Amino acid sequence: MDRAARATPPPVAKQIKGLSDRAIAWIFVAPTIIILLAINIFPLIWTIYLSFTNYAVNRPNRDVSFVGLRNYERILSDEGTWATMQATAHFLIWTIVIQVLIGFTLAYLINKKFRGNDLWTTIIVFPMMLSPAVVGNFWTFLYQPQIGLFNYVVSFFTGADPSSFSMIASVDLAPWAIIIVDTWMWTPFVMLICLAGLRSIPDSIYEAAECDRASKWRQFWTITIPMILPFLMLAVLFRGIENFKMFDLVVQLTGGGPGNTTTLTSIDLKREAFEKWRTGFSSAYAVILFVTVFGLASIYVKALNKVKAR
Amino acid sequence: MKSKLLNSVAVMSVVASGAVFSSASTASADELTLCWAAWDPANALVELSKEFEAQSGHKMSFEFVPWPNFADRMLNELNSGGKLCDLLIGDSQWIGGAAENGQFVKLNDFFEKEGIKMDDFLPATVTGYAEWPKNTPNYYALPAYADVVGWTYRKDWFERPEIAQEFKEKYGRDLAVPATLEELQEVGEFFQGREIDGKTVYGAAIYTERGSEGITMGVTNVLYNYGFQYDNPDKPYELEGFVNSEGAIQGLELYKKLYETATPPGASDAYMSANIDAYKSGQVAMQMNFAFIWPGVEADPNVGGGKSGYFANPAGPAGQFAQLGGQGISVVANSDSKDAALEYIKWFAQEEVQQKWWDVGGASAMRSVVEAPGFADSQPFAQTFLDSMAIVKDFWAEPAYASLLLATQERVHNYVVAGQGTAKEALDGLVEDWNEIFEDEGKK
Repeated sequence: MDRAARATPPPVAKQIKGLSDRAIAWIFVAPTIIILLAINIFPLIWTIYLSFTNYAVNRPNRDVSFVGLRNYERILSDEGTWATMQATAHFLIWTIVIQVLIGFTLAYLINKKFRGNDLWTTIIVFPMMLSPAVVGNFWTFLYQPQIGLFNYVVSFFTGADPSSFSMIASVDLAPWAIIIVDTWMWTPFVMLICLAGLRSIPDSIYEAAECDRASKWRQFWTITIPMILPFLMLAVLFRGIENFKMFDLVVQLTGGGPGNTTTLTSIDLKREAFEKWRTGFSSAYAVILFVTVFGLASIYVKALNKVKAR
Repeated sequence: MKSKLLNSVAVMSVVASGAVFSSASTASADELTLCWAAWDPANALVELSKEFEAQSGHKMSFEFVPWPNFADRMLNELNSGGKLCDLLIGDSQWIGGAAENGQFVKLNDFFEKEGIKMDDFLPATVTGYAEWPKNTPNYYALPAYADVVGWTYRKDWFERPEIAQEFKEKYGRDLAVPATLEELQEVGEFFQGREIDGKTVYGAAIYTERGSEGITMGVTNVLYNYGFQYDNPDKPYELEGFVNSEGAIQGLELYKKLYETATPPGASDAYMSANIDAYKSGQVAMQMNFAFIWPGVEADPNVGGGKSGYFANPAGPAGQFAQLGGQGISVVANSDSKDAALEYIKWFAQEEVQQKWWDVGGASAMRSVVEAPGFADSQPFAQTFLDSMAIVKDFWAEPAYASLLLATQERVHNYVVAGQGTAKEALDGLVEDWNEIFEDEGKK
């Protein structure tokens, strides 16, 4: 046998007698599939099963009975659940709109070459490096009506008495209080995605547009926006998924109050599952949320692929 | 040869006796973990327990969880069959669930064997902390920490002549400890936004917290006194007309009025620590809180040393009651050191230990301690503590208490703090929620 032939390993099947290449491939893939089944698929199926029962995890001695669609009926006919969905939609839509607008604007400005560009980028991205629990905690102090900096800043510009309003205690202001904090924290993330998009546009396209005497405004609408659109859509997708799951920041800031004004679905679900211990009910709730998010995300990803294909 | 043999025997004896000693000491010296909330009394218990360690040889360790997360953490621990806690000082409302689910050891036989009598403890604490079902001699805990909601007020402000005079001119009576809840609301309103020593101060810090149990522990102090009842005394679980009686509706309206007219700005999610902070920082004239805070108030450089006074929850048209707090100590059924845990309870039930418990800042529920001559004068708040403990009522302790509690939290908070709907709608909604829960429980 020459040296080259010896360096080439024989087929694995020849080394392990009686096993085909396909079988060996399965052996390698099997652990991943088993783990996936154990920690993803089985819990999902189990959750669906529990959603049709009255099971309560804190009542191991109680008989578990099949309740059919009762849990689903209760959730979908419950005004509180719909109020929670509305609060989530309000939070989701406004945070995404504001963060995309500000994030894109910041990226557009940062993309210009100027002195201290890197320093500003670092300063801007700083909030997203912090823990949401920490951010929630210190914003509660900033929003404090008697000593909070936020109220004093508003007072400085409007002349209103700082202790005359409370961002966290007011039913009207609390939904905006959480939007402001989330925007402060996560706009830099949108900015970074937009910046990546802006920097991926070749200069030659703008140069060609200059030769064609296209105005800056026209360049922006016909080159920048279409080319950055997939990045913007990606940012919307990431922020949408993240904010649909929003929990820690809001719990630290408002605890879901006042009333249920800032009770988002994740907070409500946690209360049902781990405070009221209504496991069957909360499983149905989780299934409804899963179907909603999965459906919306699938439609969105299809739209994103279409935009990318253009 | 003989000496070699003897030496060998001696060595073997030493080794064997060492092994026996070491195994004996392993068997007798356990490591016990006591779980409780993270608050001042817990620190006092750590000090007190050193005596138990010295006497028994067992080593104590402690797992203290801050109040807002205490129920979540500990109920998760119990429900998951965890072995973290050997002893648990759990909230009074957990007793039903923990008893029915076999999470706490039933202590009747142990009490009988050791001569521990429940008659030695304040009756309200035995019913509240130890019994399940209520008012039956089935014990799952030893009353460990007697607590009740009461009021603290700025005596020094009340005694200022210019303030007292202004109050008299406005309300036609002396500024004094309020005898009724309506008077309390008026006193709160009087202090609201007032300038004292160059600072703007407010009327009262009350419970408004939404997440755990705060607003329920607060509002019940008004509801009870206005005629609210958990159910028909003659027909258990019949709620209509008892939870949402005319009196209860008036009581809830009064609590909202108190919130709107007498609390500091932004106090929309306040519980124990928020109220302590508001009071100690000189923001409020009065504070609703559990009695456990009173030793800390008395020792505080800003508001202690005679500047503060204490009073039991004022009366309403339907009587005078106060929300029971406090806890019993239970042995966790899943513990591997149950015998050592029972030893701890036996030690803790001794009269001299209970006396020390009061002395170090705990709150004994033992009658011989709290009914001893001189107890009422032992601390400035001791008489108020006794008065308050005599008028207690407690929330549901049913196995489904968590659902019952959270429904109350939501209905009351939505009305009082968020201003949604009317008091009648809130209590009618509560009846609906509770009925649904009891139907699920098969109790209706």
